[in-house]
Amino acid sequence: MADKPRILFCHCNYAKVVPEEVKAGVLKSLCKSGQAFEAVADLCEMAARRDPALKRLAAGEEPVKIAACYPRAVKWLFGGCQAPLNAAHTEVVNMRELSAVDAAAAMLDESVTPNLPEDGSVAAVEGEKKI
Amino acid sequence: MAIADETTLRVVLYEGEGAATLDAAERVSTLTTLLEKGYAVTCAGEGAVAPADDSALLVLGRFENGQAPEAEDANGKVAIRFRDIDGLDSEGITALVETERESSNAAQHGEWKPWFPVIDYDRCTNCMQCLSFCLFDVYGTDDDQGIQVQNNDNCKTNCPACSRVCPEAAIMFPKYKSGPINGDVVSDGELNREKMKIDISALLGGDVYQMLRDRSQRSRSRFSKERSSDKALGERTKCLTKLAAEADIDIPIEVLQSLPGADEIAQKAAAANARAQAVLDARQSG
Ligand code: SF4
Ligand code: SF4
Ligand code: SF4
Repeated sequence: MADKPRILFCHCNYAKVVPEEVKAGVLKSLCKSGQAFEAVADLCEMAARRDPALKRLAAGEEPVKIAACYPRAVKWLFGGCQAPLNAAHTEVVNMRELSAVDAAAAMLDESVTPNLPEDGSVAAVEGEKKI
Repeated sequence: MAIADETTLRVVLYEGEGAATLDAAERVSTLTTLLEKGYAVTCAGEGAVAPADDSALLVLGRFENGQAPEAEDANGKVAIRFRDIDGLDSEGITALVETERESSNAAQHGEWKPWFPVIDYDRCTNCMQCLSFCLFDVYGTDDDQGIQVQNNDNCKTNCPACSRVCPEAAIMFPKYKSGPINGDVVSDGELNREKMKIDISALLGGDVYQMLRDRSQRSRSRFSKERSSDKALGERTKCLTKLAAEADIDIPIEVLQSLPGADEIAQKAAAANARAQAVLDARQSG
């Protein structure tokens, strides 16, 4: 059986880009789930300070689920700090676009759908798979 | 103080053997308070968490008999501190953590809104336009002459200007309101759209800073006849807001107003251009 995904939650502290009710809802669901998880105040701030903790968060062999924002932004926040995420086993759940219920369900679902963009990807048609 | 290379204090909320379990509501409020103060928190539970590194670890729990255990990393590399939080509300817990943060030299948070360009290297062609555009030395190059964001705390909060000069839509500001600048997918349409590509030179008949410089010189000569400095300031604000709207460049007024004087802009623009040119020349001859 595949490993349970490791969970990382970004609280997007210093801007209101993730709706308050979505991040509060997802955090609440994670807290109720009994699952182990990592929560960080603001991945952007960590990337800005090139926080060595990003390497720890990106390391490991298990699949990873990250509740944050757009996969492309998350990929390069880590990548720009020499802490690349493993594209083959990372799924980013976008709290800017999903409801609290949908984002929480996606985070707690044990299957992982890797969705980091690949090299130079451009969505050809609106509504197509966005990576 | 430089913001780079500071680490965040890792707090572990421990509810395993030898400690009481928090109820979900307490867990949520404790976590929310700690996150709002900028800490990284590991909630122990079922399943894996990120591996440990060499940075300090603060383990919080409601330990049996209020007695926090003593422990140390077998390799002696990681400083682990246990603290009992029994009887503390979330404010009390935060105060405790803050004291520990101060004594562990971990990063202090919340002093700066993290606003800086993030480069999508899948898209970037190293054309150096961003390097020559930015007047605030945010960009630089690495040892291989590749573009790099170096002084991210120099970036002007809420200003996405350089993302609009990048011909590849490779510059993101994750906290920006809309895509693709916020990291949303770049569609073919957006890539080709003038608004996104914003050939600022064509749009402004020079460059954006030249335009601002001209405007500000014109304004200055007009304002010199004004008696009221308040009125002059109001006019300047109006003028700059109009400019920003006309150009559709979405540069906040505070940023426009904080631009250096005309001479300094000219000097900085020339220096930035020269840096970019030097990199391009070196690459060509290399
Ligand atoms: S990564 Fe996204 S969700 Fe996290 S702090 Fe940055 S903008 Fe906010
Ligand atoms: S302008 Fe864009 S493509 Fe050119 S170097 Fe900067 S990020 Fe890369
Ligand atoms: S937004 Fe402005 S200050 Fe920030 S990097 Fe771009 S050009 Fe420089």
